Amino acid sequence: MTPAVLAGLVGAAVVGLGLYGLIVDPQPLRKLLAFNLIGSGVFLVFGIVARRGAAAGFEFDPVPQAMVITGIVVAFAASALAVALILRLSETSGGVSLDPAVWTKPDDKGEKGDGQ
Amino acid sequence: MNLLPIIDVGLALLVLGIATWTIAAREVFGAVVGYVVYGLLLSLVWVRLYAPDVALTEAAVGGGVTGVLLLTAGARLRSGGGKEAGEATGLPLRVVAAVLSLLVALGLAAVVLFLPEPPATLAPEARAGLAATGLGNPITAVLISYRSFDTMLEKIVLVLALTGVWSVAADGAWGRAPAPIGRMAPDGALTLLTQTLAPLGIVVGLHIFWVGADAPGGAFQGGALLAAMWMIVMMARLAEAPRIDARWLRLALIAGPAVFFLAGLAGVAWGDGFFSYPPGFAKPIILFIEAFMLLTIAVTLPMLVAGPPSKGAGR
Repeated sequence: MTPAVLAGLVGAAVVGLGLYGLIVDPQPLRKLLAFNLIGSGVFLVFGIVARRGAAAGFEFDPVPQAMVITGIVVAFAASALAVALILRLSETSGGVSLDPAVWTKPDDKGEKGDGQ
Repeated sequence: MNLLPIIDVGLALLVLGIATWTIAAREVFGAVVGYVVYGLLLSLVWVRLYAPDVALTEAAVGGGVTGVLLLTAGARLRSGGGKEAGEATGLPLRVVAAVLSLLVALGLAAVVLFLPEPPATLAPEARAGLAATGLGNPITAVLISYRSFDTMLEKIVLVLALTGVWSVAADGAWGRAPAPIGRMAPDGALTLLTQTLAPLGIVVGLHIFWVGADAPGGAFQGGALLAAMWMIVMMARLAEAPRIDARWLRLALIAGPAVFFLAGLAGVAWGDGFFSYPPGFAKPIILFIEAFMLLTIAVTLPMLVAGPPSKGAGR
């Protein structure tokens, strides 16, 4: 098994791990972390496409590699936006949850879901 | 005896182990530390895939800057008193999620194992374009010349993301500075580390940018390193985050995409169309564009980590 195929299989496994975390973990910040794992796994799978595309005297295909570099930076920008939304949700509602029932319960003593 | 296959398998197992830890860890802090280590190990895998440019970006942005972002977010959530609420997922859903994830992973693994032969490649086209640019690093040539439109739009995405981050600020905080990253009172060790590391890091960052024309490196990698240096200076409280309505900050944020766009338009006036660089001048123009991209990346990444303007941090 070549290093490229091995790396591709690691990428596939990381996507699986990340997907599991994304579904199972209730905390939004942990979901974001899991989502980043999925992204890096996808980049790895794309990376072996780049490695297999070695031609014209290169050990790799530079086009997918350049796209992965762009992708890593865009993934970071999206994560930063997600973090800002999570923190704002925490500020305004006193807790972070993606469960609508948590901040619409009538017995939350007015601490949550009052806008500001 | 060749040790490389053993190292490859060991590295793969380590990456999988750390990835499992980031999902399984009880505390957010532990999970994020795991993620940073994961990013660093992953960059070694990228080196083994003959992708040193990606490895540099993964180590700096994927591991480092994203790590600081998530650590800061975890600390701000705790200090805000907001509990990370939510009920633990029940066993049936866990089983369903595990089966689904396993199927997706197996499907991807099958794709990896049965990729088409002969492999698709754009390397010959990139090679043909490389001669016209006068660059030695094909990745930089692809980013700034061969697929320059993508790279310009990506800079705009960075600015849009920052606009989004700023727009969730409370009404009264608009125009002020973001809250400090890290602790309120830094200790002496962090100050000493920053004073030692930042000058070196700035030189290394500029070097990586400059050699990026011909060797692994470039505006992304150098910019991310400069961004990291600014972040560590802000963490040690040696400099405060700027007010978000500062004129120089706004100019630095749009410098990269604006210069890139103008260079593209100049191609319409002089040459064969949008983003056609005149022959013989391609390399100086590309380095000129990259210098402004470096500035934009070095300023945008720390501002994205610092977050929206905060009422308490006005000056």
